[in-house]
Amino acid sequence: MMIGTRRGIISGGARTLSAAGLFALMGAAGSARAAANPSQDLALLNAALALEHEGIAAYQLGAESKLLQAPVLQVAVTFQGHHKQHRDDLVAAIKRLGGAPVAAKSEADYAKELNAASLKSQTDVLKLALKLERGATNAYIGIIPTLGASDLHTLAARTACDEAFHTAILANALGEAIPQKAPLFG
Amino acid sequence: MRTTLAPFAALIFLLAVSPSLRAAAPPAGNPSRGAEIYESHCGACHSLDANRIGPKHRGVFGRKAGAVPGFNYTRALKSSGIVWTADTLNRWLGGPAKMVPGTAMGFVLSSPQDRADVIAYLKQQK
Repeated sequence: MMIGTRRGIISGGARTLSAAGLFALMGAAGSARAAANPSQDLALLNAALALEHEGIAAYQLGAESKLLQAPVLQVAVTFQGHHKQHRDDLVAAIKRLGGAPVAAKSEADYAKELNAASLKSQTDVLKLALKLERGATNAYIGIIPTLGASDLHTLAARTACDEAFHTAILANALGEAIPQKAPLFG
Repeated sequence: MRTTLAPFAALIFLLAVSPSLRAAAPPAGNPSRGAEIYESHCGACHSLDANRIGPKHRGVFGRKAGAVPGFNYTRALKSSGIVWTADTLNRWLGGPAKMVPGTAMGFVLSSPQDRADVIAYLKQQK
């Protein structure tokens, strides 16, 4: 076991502080860039909001399909509730940036776009939900490098984790094997 | 002391004539793997045959950006003048907002191999 000298620890600490200071400066520069161009963040947040609107509608279609058994329906409604909270978080972020939140489409539009007519069983509904949740997880991870403001990085990462949780539950319900290779997303 | 580039002449020649040494060529794409990545990464917002969060993708190769009927594009993309090819799609998927500032497409597919695979898959979707 190596025990550092006091001088070594202090100089090591200084190096660490220097690196931390550099990262802090880089973060400040990033925030400044985002502040200079919030319209890019707004466009991305509205795309994410459209995604949440669609997710809410997808669970609504599933819930109204009469294809879901009671315990599955309960989970679907709970997940839909999470998406409503994501929607509200995004709306608040968009308004903070001075933007106008995109509105949801009609349920009929979503039914057409998601090909709801093809859903014939509980498994079909779960497969659609899994596809959307898995895609949403990757989508939120994928927009993090483009988002400028650091608080939006946190929002996207936090939401991605919720989508990943949904993905895991749905994949398990469908009997999907646990992926052997990491990373599982991104 | 006089310096000479002679010892480096061979290297300079190689750099000049070899595109693979000047800039890394995109890897070859695997459309089967691209289909899986498309489903798991692009499928949240896109479909081949329906406009959703993003525009439908069938027939994207050779199409002008912002030209799918019925999809509400940003002004930025509509006026970009981009035509979708393997090269433009590779740049787009690697950093859409860098390529077209103001676009609503923020998703970055960071792996060059993943991009090549998705592009190979999209090329088949005519």
